[in-house]
Amino acid sequence: MTPVLEVRAVGKVFRAGGFFKRDATVALKDFSMTIAGDRPVITAIAGESGSGKTTLARLLLGIIEPSMGEIRYHGVNLKAMNGDQRRRFRQEVQAVFQDPFEVYNPFYHVDHVLTTPVAKFGLARTRDEAYTLIETALHQVGLRPEETLGRYPHQLSGGQRQRIMIARALLLRPKIIVADEPVSMVDASLRATILESLLKLKQEFGISLIYITHDLTTAYQLCDDIYILYRGTVAETGSVEQVIKQPKHPYTQLLVSSIPLPNPDQRWGGDVPAMSERNNGSGGGCPFAARCPHVMERCHIAPPPLYQTSAESAAACYLYDDQPELRQRPVAAHDLLNPH
Amino acid sequence: MTTPVLRVQDLHVHYRTAAGPVKAVNGVSFDLAPGERLGLVGESGSGKTTMALALMRMLEQPARIEGGRVLLDGVDLLALSEEQMRRIRFDRLSMVPQGAMNSLNPVMRIRDQMIEIFNAHGRHPDKAERRERIGHLLERVGLKRDVADRYPHELSGGMKQRVCIAMAIALRPQVIIADEPTSALDVVVQRQVMETLGAVQKDLNAAVILVGHDMGLMAQFADRIGVMYAGRLVELAPVRQIFSAPQHPYTQMLIASIPSLEEKRLFKGIPGVAPSLLNPPSGCPFHPRCPAAFAPCPTINPALEETDAGRWVACHLHSEAVLHDSRA
Ligand SMILES: Nc1ncnc2c1ncn2[C@@H]1O[C@H](COP(=O)(O)OP(=O)(O)OP(=O)(O)O)[C@@H](O)[C@H]1O
Ligand SMILES: Nc1ncnc2c1ncn2[C@@H]1O[C@H](COP(=O)(O)OP(=O)(O)OP(=O)(O)O)[C@@H](O)[C@H]1O
Ligand SMILES: [Mg+2]
Ligand SMILES: [Mg+2]
Repeated sequence: MTPVLEVRAVGKVFRAGGFFKRDATVALKDFSMTIAGDRPVITAIAGESGSGKTTLARLLLGIIEPSMGEIRYHGVNLKAMNGDQRRRFRQEVQAVFQDPFEVYNPFYHVDHVLTTPVAKFGLARTRDEAYTLIETALHQVGLRPEETLGRYPHQLSGGQRQRIMIARALLLRPKIIVADEPVSMVDASLRATILESLLKLKQEFGISLIYITHDLTTAYQLCDDIYILYRGTVAETGSVEQVIKQPKHPYTQLLVSSIPLPNPDQRWGGDVPAMSERNNGSGGGCPFAARCPHVMERCHIAPPPLYQTSAESAAACYLYDDQPELRQRPVAAHDLLNPH
Repeated sequence: MTTPVLRVQDLHVHYRTAAGPVKAVNGVSFDLAPGERLGLVGESGSGKTTMALALMRMLEQPARIEGGRVLLDGVDLLALSEEQMRRIRFDRLSMVPQGAMNSLNPVMRIRDQMIEIFNAHGRHPDKAERRERIGHLLERVGLKRDVADRYPHELSGGMKQRVCIAMAIALRPQVIIADEPTSALDVVVQRQVMETLGAVQKDLNAAVILVGHDMGLMAQFADRIGVMYAGRLVELAPVRQIFSAPQHPYTQMLIASIPSLEEKRLFKGIPGVAPSLLNPPSGCPFHPRCPAAFAPCPTINPALEETDAGRWVACHLHSEAVLHDSRA
């Protein structure tokens, strides 16, 4: 069966234009993943600030084009879609964007982001039907329709704006939702409610979710698989049980040990390793070498491939070079879980 | 208790809308001790940002402060002229706003943005001294001095967030309000930013009000936690007690909803929707969702009362007077 979404060795380079002649930024390097067609999955993308997560989301949504590699939806390269395929893609793959301050047009009521897709994709036959759809979606994210509709974006709190974006995605019943930090601005109880409705979308409607987040605890709660990105490359990937509970890559270990525990008696331990001056990650070696407590000479020379660290996980780190290399591409965490 | 540096008394803020006033802050009172770290949590939309902006007198139309006092070292900020208030901002009371990193001016170098703050307050007119001070401030928040010569888009989110903290502490204020300063950052950078904020806060002996949703960060950072619900402060207690023995049913449910790495897929949200701030329910604003609601709750709005030394809660379950009445 053809996968729904296939990312093949994708890279993205941003070239600084205009006034500033700086080096190009490699936002994403040689990234591969697959969303299978036979069953829905929830995949987490986590990692450093600036490691390429939003870039990946924008690539998946076809907002920007890869500099290297290709992305296929139902086997068709996003670049080569015809009109019908593109329309279908636009309806079936929906986004919840990271910055709720940016996506709204300040001159339109927030209703606009909900009514436009209903009209565009013909989701309702009558006005009443449209309103009922919108109302249900707003309730699902804990908003009161009568006090949300008719407002301008600046009249809502940060978390309220974020939730309207989720309501929009719920409304469209897509096949895949790409959600970039969808709940970073809502409180713990609402976060639980919203994540539960996302999980239900998977269970009841077979919708796959790509959940981009800094919050490893909710990633663990919600997701099947996870990719940990560091400077545009995959540091570690696999099932959340393996990667979050038994992290193998030194960067994942640092991330997991930095999770602030909701317990005042369990303080953060140790120190955050500073960046060494020797290698700021732009050289040819492992991007984490400059901060890695286990760094070896070879780490500065060539970037490590992904080594299979368990039946369900792989890490890009020479500490595991006695394990088999993951040669097969594209690598999907999901393939690790169920080797064919 | 030491003399509070900041006292907020019965603060009311409304957004005047065509449909009527949205009561975003509805009678909030608390004291802040010098050097204290107060965490402010609560439902999305419960009025945290509005309150923070009110303390800074930075609210915009159609928001209006309808009543109350904000005493900074005994001086009521709400009674000051705009010019007097301008001199207090940054100097004695400063803020890292929600979405701060987007608030930097994209076409100005960091150095020039910092110079603006100094100029506005007539500080460091000497160029060499100013340069030294900016370099020092950037180092103080863990950045290199040469960051001063960069533009915001050349910095990562974590770096921009630290620049905003450097600006907030530039004039050594007594109170720093930080509204979700790390919600867009990875946990490693989050920790660095919070440790930075903590270190400068100790240095200056400034009090910090940290607004946020990350209960983990709150547990790690705050001394005391205030919990807001529908424009009101419903509980205020030392951080350990908020986590180990919360008193208000909303706080209890909020704490219970925090996910852990122990059990998977146990989402414990609070059923129901946050109350309307246009037409708030009568009585306690939480009563329609409260599993413990009883006779007085739908009619009498409980006041924030001290139940034990330093523990405040607005709930009839913990109010001597009402329990007594309803039994009588
Ligand atoms: N349009 C652009 N032009 C130039 N550089 C860009 C552009 N978009 C992103 N970048 C750079 O690409 C890198 C990856 O950015 P991206 O936004 O994907 O990171 P992220 O993982 O989403 O970070 P965060 O966790 O902070 O949201 C960063 O170094 C960023 O500065
Ligand atoms: N200009 C406005 N007009 C009308 N209502 C407004 C306006 N701005 C904010 N509100 C309402 O005031 C309430 C308080 O908003 P505020 O931004 O203070 O909440 P918050 O507690 O900071 O929420 P969050 O945690 O989501 O940031 C919200 O219910 C919001 O919808
Ligand atoms: Mg991002
Ligand atoms: Mg806010």
